[in-house]
Amino acid sequence: MKRLVVVGNGMAACRLLEELTRLAPDLYQITVVGDEPFAGYNRVMLSPLLGGGTDEKTITTHPHQWYRDRNIRLITGTPVVAIHRRRRQVETAAGHLLDYDRLLLATGAAPRQLPVEGVTLDGVVSFRDLYDVRRLLSLPAARVVVVGGGFLGLEAADALVKQGHDVTLVHSRGHLLNQQLDESAGHRLQQDLEARGLKFVMQARTQSIEDNGQGAVAAVHLADGQRLPADYVVQAVGIVPRAELAASAGLTVNQGVRVDDTLQTFDPAIYAIGECVEHRERTFGLVAPLYEQASVCASHLAELGHRRYLYADSATRLKISGIDLVSCGDFLGDRGKGTEQGETLQLNLPGSYRRVQIRDNRVVGMVLYGDVSDAPFFEKLWKEKTDIGALREALLLGEVFCKRPGDSDEHSEEVAA
Amino acid sequence: MSVEAKIQETEPKNAPLSTCTTCPYCGVGCGIRTDGVTLKGDTQHPANAGRLCVKGSSVLETLGDQDRLLNPEVDGEVVSWDQALDEVAGRFRRIVDEHGPDAVAFYVSGQLLTEDYYVANKLMKGYIGSANIDTNSRLCMSSAVVAHKRAFGEDVVPGCYEDLELADLVILTGSNTAWAHPIVYQRIVAAKQARPDMKVVVIDPRRTATCDLADLHLAIRPGQDVPLFNGLLTWLDDNKALDQAYIDAHTEGFQATLETARRQGNDWEALAAKMGVSKVDLTTFYHWFAACERTVTVFSQGVNQARNGSDQGNAIINAHLATGRVGKSGASPFSITGQPNAMGGREVGGLANQLAVHLDIDNPAHHAAVADFWQAPALATKNGLTAVELFEAVSSGEVKAVWIMATNPVDSLPEADKVRQALMACDTVVVSDCVASGDTLACADIRLPALGWGEKSGMVTNSERCVSRQRPFVPAPGQAKADWWIITEVAQRMGFADAFPYQHEHDIFAEYSALTAVAGQFGKRLDLTGAADLSADQYAQWQPQHWPLNGDPRCYADGQFSTPSGRARFVSCENPPARQIGDAFPIILNSGRIRDQWHTMTRTGRAGRLFAHLSEPFAALHPQDIERYRLQEGGFVRLTSRVGDALVRVTRDTGQRPGTAFMPMHWTDQFSRRARVDALVPARLDPHSGQPAFKHTPVNVSDWQPRWHGWLFTAASPPAVEYWARVPVDAFLQAGQVQRYRLAGDADLTEQQLHDWLPQAAQWLALNDPATGHYRRAALDKDGHLLAWLAIGETLPVCDVDWLADCFAVEADIQHMAILAGQPADAGPDLGPVICSCFQVRQKTIEGVVEEGADSVEAIGKGCQAGTNCGSCIPELRGLLETCTS
Repeated sequence: MKRLVVVGNGMAACRLLEELTRLAPDLYQITVVGDEPFAGYNRVMLSPLLGGGTDEKTITTHPHQWYRDRNIRLITGTPVVAIHRRRRQVETAAGHLLDYDRLLLATGAAPRQLPVEGVTLDGVVSFRDLYDVRRLLSLPAARVVVVGGGFLGLEAADALVKQGHDVTLVHSRGHLLNQQLDESAGHRLQQDLEARGLKFVMQARTQSIEDNGQGAVAAVHLADGQRLPADYVVQAVGIVPRAELAASAGLTVNQGVRVDDTLQTFDPAIYAIGECVEHRERTFGLVAPLYEQASVCASHLAELGHRRYLYADSATRLKISGIDLVSCGDFLGDRGKGTEQGETLQLNLPGSYRRVQIRDNRVVGMVLYGDVSDAPFFEKLWKEKTDIGALREALLLGEVFCKRPGDSDEHSEEVAA
Repeated sequence: MSVEAKIQETEPKNAPLSTCTTCPYCGVGCGIRTDGVTLKGDTQHPANAGRLCVKGSSVLETLGDQDRLLNPEVDGEVVSWDQALDEVAGRFRRIVDEHGPDAVAFYVSGQLLTEDYYVANKLMKGYIGSANIDTNSRLCMSSAVVAHKRAFGEDVVPGCYEDLELADLVILTGSNTAWAHPIVYQRIVAAKQARPDMKVVVIDPRRTATCDLADLHLAIRPGQDVPLFNGLLTWLDDNKALDQAYIDAHTEGFQATLETARRQGNDWEALAAKMGVSKVDLTTFYHWFAACERTVTVFSQGVNQARNGSDQGNAIINAHLATGRVGKSGASPFSITGQPNAMGGREVGGLANQLAVHLDIDNPAHHAAVADFWQAPALATKNGLTAVELFEAVSSGEVKAVWIMATNPVDSLPEADKVRQALMACDTVVVSDCVASGDTLACADIRLPALGWGEKSGMVTNSERCVSRQRPFVPAPGQAKADWWIITEVAQRMGFADAFPYQHEHDIFAEYSALTAVAGQFGKRLDLTGAADLSADQYAQWQPQHWPLNGDPRCYADGQFSTPSGRARFVSCENPPARQIGDAFPIILNSGRIRDQWHTMTRTGRAGRLFAHLSEPFAALHPQDIERYRLQEGGFVRLTSRVGDALVRVTRDTGQRPGTAFMPMHWTDQFSRRARVDALVPARLDPHSGQPAFKHTPVNVSDWQPRWHGWLFTAASPPAVEYWARVPVDAFLQAGQVQRYRLAGDADLTEQQLHDWLPQAAQWLALNDPATGHYRRAALDKDGHLLAWLAIGETLPVCDVDWLADCFAVEADIQHMAILAGQPADAGPDLGPVICSCFQVRQKTIEGVVEEGADSVEAIGKGCQAGTNCGSCIPELRGLLETCTS
């Protein structure tokens, strides 16, 4: 049997293993090396876990038994420290030397570090893995500053509020989730989270983290001179692909490990998927493209390879503190250029907001906030570039009301019978 | 004992349909039986024998406390009756003392009961000492009154409704009987069905609904009635069809009249052309008239509301006198009145040029007799100001205090905008009304809450001189009082307590009936003396009776008239001068009733279903004119005349003569932004009757294309937009009656305007599509109840009117998306709860995929996307797999 070594045991790796063991159960003798000391879990569920809405057992998608059932050797708690490409062997920190015929890199991403003084102080934490969550759950009631108003920062902040902490979120832009939401939705989100006790400082750049004199956090200093006293700082300013291992092995690395459309690196024996890769100058942070990569890569590893991975723009679906959000496409109508083109449709309801951007009678982007029941409907119109002319009056009201565009009101135009 | 207590004593409540009363609407005066919950036509009433029209059938829907005037108000403050009555009496007394009796005036209404009318007339003419009391009957019937008085020596309608069924020829002229007097029309329809040989001729410039029944429709040009009937007289003479014996025995003035008539010649071809009809149609009409001994000519507002309305009435009567067809079975001229008690008002003398009981102010003998009967200290010695003159005198300051009762002159008088200005500037304006909001009430200094139909009690006289009781069956709302009571109280406070001792409407009716004996002394037919000794109980039990009481329902069958000579008088009627149509105002605008509305809609405007027929104010035009003036059917037209303007919808009507337009008379500022037809009508009057020419207004028409159209539902008043017209959507809502507004506008309706307009809104649901100008808003109060719903767009947005109306009554759980949609969400089959929230996949969908063979979480994902994004639903998907496969 051929030997496959998988470096990383995150969601991409687990999905690949599922596909591969289904497609070619007897092709490989598989070894998985994970640096976290856990079996496979759903990273998306870390926020609910931090917020107290679930437990570790529930979010464990692939317990040890799952690997045993498939004769997969699982090594956890130790990172791979070197790839010896000529010997086709990897080496772990614990000293394992593992031979491979095929190697899969699924090393994921690491939290981006704040480029400021004091980032190494005790009490500056990230929100990335189960270990981080366990640490955050163990904190006594404290003043916490979360830096970053993106998805991870918001989830962390919201969960920490639920844990009883005094939380202030610092965001560098004018509205939250600026990659996914327009200003209206961003402001709504801020209001809704404020109502739940979260505090915000917007358009604020973090200048430094103050030392309390004992090597721990005392406060966060902002560029405008504000000082936010804090016991802990959660940094959530994005992620960086973990590509050092590949780079040190001489593989081509730009932002991430470069792969082709078959998810192969420049070494034909080595594949890479997930947040660690760079495919056609794009890196990844959401789960949907990872799964697609896992599926394509599995087919090649199974030697049934004919599929190619091509990035398909899809809607971003998020849930923050129970609030559903969906966004896709050119939702500002500016094609990323800052000047708006096309037409904006907006719907404002208590607890719900919709924006659909139209150009040439076609949906080019959208933001849904709160009630996202019609997200699949809008996404379909967007992907299929459907002419929405006839639906326009009822479009934002959703599929149910678009099904009957021809209905007219008996009283509508008749003055005289 | 209070009025209410007496009513309870004499009229047992809650017995099935125990109350016999009459309809509050038109002059047909149909009998109604009701218990306040259900209502039927009174089979015993001679006017309708059980039939009712749609207005009458829905009258109960117009009851209720909504928008009722409930308390007396002085200068905007609610006050007690004592304070209000003192204030009215004091102000009138002061002005009379300072400026003389002619500085005050009453303007009353055919909606008043005979008792109310009688007391008002007695107070003004007999005790204040001025004849400045006129009535809105001036606007509808005064030309017929003049015609009757000139021809018969008394304002008497000789015939009765039965004549319409006995006639071989019924001529309906200037009357859209089908819509304005539906039950009279139904009686003619039934008669013609029973006797198909019976002929019906309709004379009207418009082809109206009434023409459905016509064997012949003479669509003459507006204002051609005198030439038509003068021509008839000539034709009858040429064809030896006159009743010379009758003329000789019972009439006077025939030769002069015939000579005047003959002046236009007997070239029927030319005459037909002048009138705009074919010669065949014209001579057919003349033939039929000559041939049918039993001919009834019904005439109404189309004849009366003209500059020569009196002559038009006499031209008709002349033809009947010349053929001896007056007051005979199936043969009579027949003026039918507009209002339920216009006739009662005329009888008591409620016009400024009448004294009382068909007697004249300027006749010394009449004057002395009435002064004696009333013991009146200051009985007026000269005619008072008629309606239009009266408001001109208010405008000039000559009249300094006016008391308006149960009518709406700001909407119903010509040059209506001027009337409003006059009232706004007037020293003291008192308005008695049963509603709280109205264009005239808005001008009032003192508002007095009056009883409305169903609450008030008294007599009315219909078009055939039938006197019926209106009886109450619901309690008075708030502090509302009977008009006679209010007037009596004011009279007492002005120092006339001895002459106004009335405790009950019965007292007044008895006095009035006794006064008719004075009319009898002067040879008048008006005779109610049989009721002068009526007991209260007999009054309560009154059955409908024609006057003269205990006589023939017809008058003058014997050829003996009320003139001093006993002979009827022919009246020479000159043809009206030909009028040039100017380029500035090339269209002749006619106005009138529509089927389901009444007057200024203060009552019918409360019943949503009465708008189902015609829901917005409109101008009907011939298709040629729509094209010629570049209007759009269903679009908007701005009409301008010398004195005013209006903005209404365009209705295409091939029944209009090219060059003419028709507008309904009903819409006021309470119901539409600018649709008061009388704001367009110049004050041109018949010289004899003072009746305005409402049917002949030169106007210009121009297209208006609004930038946006919209719907608004709310109980609040509308925001300031260029066009709106409203319809009540539910008569029975307690929390404020919700109205449906059709809107149109040019200017943008800004967010700020909306918030200023409805400051009580706690939440606004919004849908915006600025690129197409499509906006929707729903305003909710702090409890989430719907306050207003608005949708505007380049074209009229789609909504489900009935469903939206229901939403206003819903207490909670208003589905926001559906509200903005303006229609219920048809959710389709219930697919169960959402399992995969990323892709909104519901349980039943997932189960369906499993049934089709999906055997793993991945397969479910392939089948329906569930679980393929965040994966947090995968445990549930596993659970579903197990339950479905086990």
